[in-house]
Amino acid sequence: MGIIALIFSLIFVLIPIVLSKTLNLGLEKDTMIAVIRSIIQLFIVGYILKFVFDAESIIYIFLMVAVMIIAATLNARKKGAAIKGITWKIAVTLIFIEVLTQSILLGFNITPHTAQYIIPISGMMVGNGMVLAILFLNRFIAETEAHQDKAELILSLGGTPKQAVHIQLMTSIKASMIPTIESQKTIGLVQLPGMMSGQIIAGASPVQAVQFQLLVLFLLLTTASITSVMLGFLSYPTLFNKRMQLARSK
Amino acid sequence: MKPAIQFNSVNYSIDGHPILRNISGAFYDGEITTLVGPSGAGKTTLLKLCNGLLSPKDGDITIGNLNINDYDPVELRRTVGMALQSAPMIDGSVHKNLALPLELQGKRLPDIQARDLLNDVGLSEDFLQRTSKELSGGQRQKVSIARTLVNRPQILLLDEITSSLDQVSQKEIEELIVKINRKYGVTIVWITHNLKQALNVGAYTWVMMAGEIVETGESELLESPSNERVRQFVKGELGWGSLH
Ligand SMILES: Nc1ncnc2c1ncn2[C@@H]1O[C@H](COP(=O)(O)OP(=O)(O)OP(=O)(O)O)[C@@H](O)[C@H]1O
Ligand SMILES: [Mg+2]
Repeated sequence: MGIIALIFSLIFVLIPIVLSKTLNLGLEKDTMIAVIRSIIQLFIVGYILKFVFDAESIIYIFLMVAVMIIAATLNARKKGAAIKGITWKIAVTLIFIEVLTQSILLGFNITPHTAQYIIPISGMMVGNGMVLAILFLNRFIAETEAHQDKAELILSLGGTPKQAVHIQLMTSIKASMIPTIESQKTIGLVQLPGMMSGQIIAGASPVQAVQFQLLVLFLLLTTASITSVMLGFLSYPTLFNKRMQLARSK
Repeated sequence: MKPAIQFNSVNYSIDGHPILRNISGAFYDGEITTLVGPSGAGKTTLLKLCNGLLSPKDGDITIGNLNINDYDPVELRRTVGMALQSAPMIDGSVHKNLALPLELQGKRLPDIQARDLLNDVGLSEDFLQRTSKELSGGQRQKVSIARTLVNRPQILLLDEITSSLDQVSQKEIEELIVKINRKYGVTIVWITHNLKQALNVGAYTWVMMAGEIVETGESELLESPSNERVRQFVKGELGWGSLH
């Protein structure tokens, strides 16, 4: 696709802006910001990737992945501001996921040991881990607030902090994993997964694209479960103090 | 008289707001003490300090010669049982709720014991399999009391456990608590809005207002309080008129 084609593709930006203007939706400014940001960000990423792929240096791969993890952490931590030390908890979780998935992929030679594979897959894992972290934290904070009386009851009867939040923790872990599992049940029936579509458009054989997509889906299952479970078990102790009291009682 | 719980200049505050101020005194061993006072006086907070759900900001609470901070929280909460004001229930059956204190220790509650507990608080055995969501406010309070007894606490803290009960049930619960006190020598601290109840069941009474203890002594003090604020409070409380 050439530059001329890309310029024509801006028609698809004009349509929502015109609609927003005629219907007074007031979304013109946000749409423009979104368009400009995506153009700048993706081009920067594109050139950086080209540079990293050409350089063939492990250091750049490390740097790229580190930047991804930092960005994902900073984004997700806003949802967990109520939990002490949430930043490093999310970071540790994402690093763990990255190390685990890449060790298996590279260790068993499932994917080639090149930046071209490592970086996009890492991006998908870290990005998905971030979404899962946000889903989990939203739910967990809501659950613990809604069931504070039950947590206090269990503490008052001589239960431990872990027992006091066990149900809330399990509910939140489960709830945050469900979208990942459910979306995989209908995958391909309505909409082709974005990555698979991309590969097919770029000329890969559909069967090869499917194989690769399956690998990614399985990886996402691991990411989803590890993010929720690990973040959950790192987070719940901060809701209590050393005397096994609800920490809100400052 | 031996103190079961001894307070020494205890203060408690939340975000810099004083909730309890300079609390000193004792709940006597093997006795029933009632705790009365207007809403927001700090009664619940005081009991939560005794059960270790909260810790004093300064001052000391001593239970049986040991500072409360030196207890293992789990052990303290089993020894000093508390029935919470809102009588919270976990999801599931009444049986599950009754078994909760034992379940937390990895033990089971035998059916016979569960039925006896329900009997004690005046509920029929049919309730065992009902889900806790179906219970009325008063039935929840009854289950809550029964559940608190499962740990066989040596000190029992009761926070408004009869506020949703009818007269007959109230009497039943009063008799049950007095029986537990007499039979097992359990020390009892009982928060109530009902001054008649405070006078009837308690040997001793503490009157709290705005985070302070304004009067303590034998429960008869409620009939002729020395403090002017307490006199007003006693006069204003519903049900008091019918006592005279
Ligand atoms: N978690 C909390 N955050 C802020 N303030 C609180 C908290 N818990 C209690 N308080 C305040 O502490 C004071 C004492 O509360 P407490 O629940 O001990 O009163 P109480 O005597 O039990 O009242 P009631 O008869 O209505 O149950 C109240 O002014 C209350 O607003
Ligand atoms: Mg209260």
